Amino acid sequence: MTITDFSGFPPHADLAALKPVESPGYWKQVRQRISKDRVTLVSAGILLMIVLSAVFAPLIAPYDPFQGNIMTRLKPIGFEGHLLGTDETGRDMLSRLLYGGRLSLIAGIVPVAFALLIGGTLGVIAGFAGGIVNTLIMRVTDVFYAFPSILLAIAICGMLGTGLFNTLLSLTLVFIPPIIRISESVTTQVRGLDFVEAARASGAKPLSLIRHQILANVLGPILVYATSLVSLSIILSAGLSFLGLGVSPPAAEWGLMLNSLRQAIYVEPVVAALPGALIFATSMCFNLISDGLRAAMDVRIKV
Amino acid sequence: MLNFCIRRLLHAIPILFGVSILVFGLVQLIPGNPIDLLLPPEASPELIAQMTKAYGFDQPLHVQYLSWLWRTLQGDLGYSIFNGAPVGEQLFSALGYTFVLAIPAALLGFGLGITLGVVAAFHQGRAIDKIFSALAITGVSLPHYWIAIVLVMIFSVTLNWLPAQGMGFIGFPTSLEHLRSLVLPVITLSLIPMGVVARVVRAATLEVLSQEFVATLHAKGLINREVVFHVLKNAAPASLAVMGLQFGYLLGGSILVETVFNWPGSGNLLNLAIFRRDIPVMQATIVVLAFFFVLLNLLVDIAQAAIDPRIRR
Repeated sequence: MTITDFSGFPPHADLAALKPVESPGYWKQVRQRISKDRVTLVSAGILLMIVLSAVFAPLIAPYDPFQGNIMTRLKPIGFEGHLLGTDETGRDMLSRLLYGGRLSLIAGIVPVAFALLIGGTLGVIAGFAGGIVNTLIMRVTDVFYAFPSILLAIAICGMLGTGLFNTLLSLTLVFIPPIIRISESVTTQVRGLDFVEAARASGAKPLSLIRHQILANVLGPILVYATSLVSLSIILSAGLSFLGLGVSPPAAEWGLMLNSLRQAIYVEPVVAALPGALIFATSMCFNLISDGLRAAMDVRIKV
Repeated sequence: MLNFCIRRLLHAIPILFGVSILVFGLVQLIPGNPIDLLLPPEASPELIAQMTKAYGFDQPLHVQYLSWLWRTLQGDLGYSIFNGAPVGEQLFSALGYTFVLAIPAALLGFGLGITLGVVAAFHQGRAIDKIFSALAITGVSLPHYWIAIVLVMIFSVTLNWLPAQGMGFIGFPTSLEHLRSLVLPVITLSLIPMGVVARVVRAATLEVLSQEFVATLHAKGLINREVVFHVLKNAAPASLAVMGLQFGYLLGGSILVETVFNWPGSGNLLNLAIFRRDIPVMQATIVVLAFFFVLLNLLVDIAQAAIDPRIRR
């Protein structure tokens, strides 16, 4: 792992006097490597398009996503101004897919963001403190690891009931343990390195050690891992709605749309497959970006 | 080795204990009084009091937990609120059907995954590596409930080759006709393990290939096939760990695929129990699936230690 942040080391020395020869810098190298990685750039571009079209759905959508028409039910792609056809109650698919991206992306990203905040904090504390604190946090994490992630999400959602908030809550709980494990493991590795020991010997307090020595070196790997979790989160949250445990009709959400169009596979298979194709494309983009970042940042973690 | 097994076993006990607390706690999350779910709204207060007492809901939480734990440990999983049948019978027949899917799916997914991963690693950077790695990441990113529907569209609706839903038999598949209903769910379930295993096996193999002993083996004059054997043996522990986890996901995570194919496995049972608010069935299914998952992890750890003595420390 490349050491990036020398700003706190040595903590009390005059840094100007010690300024080393100019080097390209870690993040500049990472940027250079990514700019040569065509797969990552393309997937980032596609993802950006998906995100932007969800954000600006009200401006782009040609129809009201909730307004059906009994005369135009289940029409094929390209039917009379309905670019992507219509669903089982005659609502415009393109508009619903655009709006659906909002809930699906929120349900994919928000749980990982919260889990990153909570799990990352707990994991760094566990790794940095070691001893009894570590044992306590990690043993509780082990218990959550006794459940396959989808089972835990379904169990929590099944008990709490349906709704967007419960989906977000259950997925946050599901993603905290894996993030704790990763952050604990990288923090433990970094904590044992010489430069941390040197900073400690120079009198750095624990908080400043975490801020200057640890965080800069563990955030990269944790973020790479979190990006791949977003991909899983999008699949799981749509899966919960697909089971009827997530958002309720008539909300536009890809998993829910896939479920309500299940009977339509005998009539309009291509239209019925669209919501799932978007879940797949979004999740694939996040996985490819995670892989690209991992390679560019030279991160070695086990998933 | 025996020492290691005992230590690992002792480690699993507090985890199972924690699992039981977590599952019991989850049930407490259900909003409202559990009795309200059982009785019609016009039930008399006497009846409510009677039922509350009969189910032990008038006891303090820790007493309820301990008596539930004690009964569960004795193998008594209670009775379904929905149809009054013993939960144990329903659950274990459903689990059997889940295994009928999970075992072939694991064999197929692991077989393909190992092949893709090893071939990709030995041809790192070449076209075949890129194609196989792309296949692997596709497997990891697929929403399996969607690919299930797509497969049904292609092979059942359009081509009419395979049944779209259901099992078509009771008990275990005995004829070729029975196996036809297995094909689509098994393929669907095998895609994620294929992707995950291929990625991990590729990474593990590459790591071993970068070590110096491989060059030594070549220098000693071993032919390629013998070198491959040594490399694979060293890449095995990491790959095994992931395969154990993936088999657990096949058992506990098959709920979505079982729903699409209307397969009467444990996932379907759990799904029905959730919508029927059938608490004993929910509790028992989750606990038993988690128990299998912990047991599987235990077996994987022991298998890893058997292959690689360094892990036994």
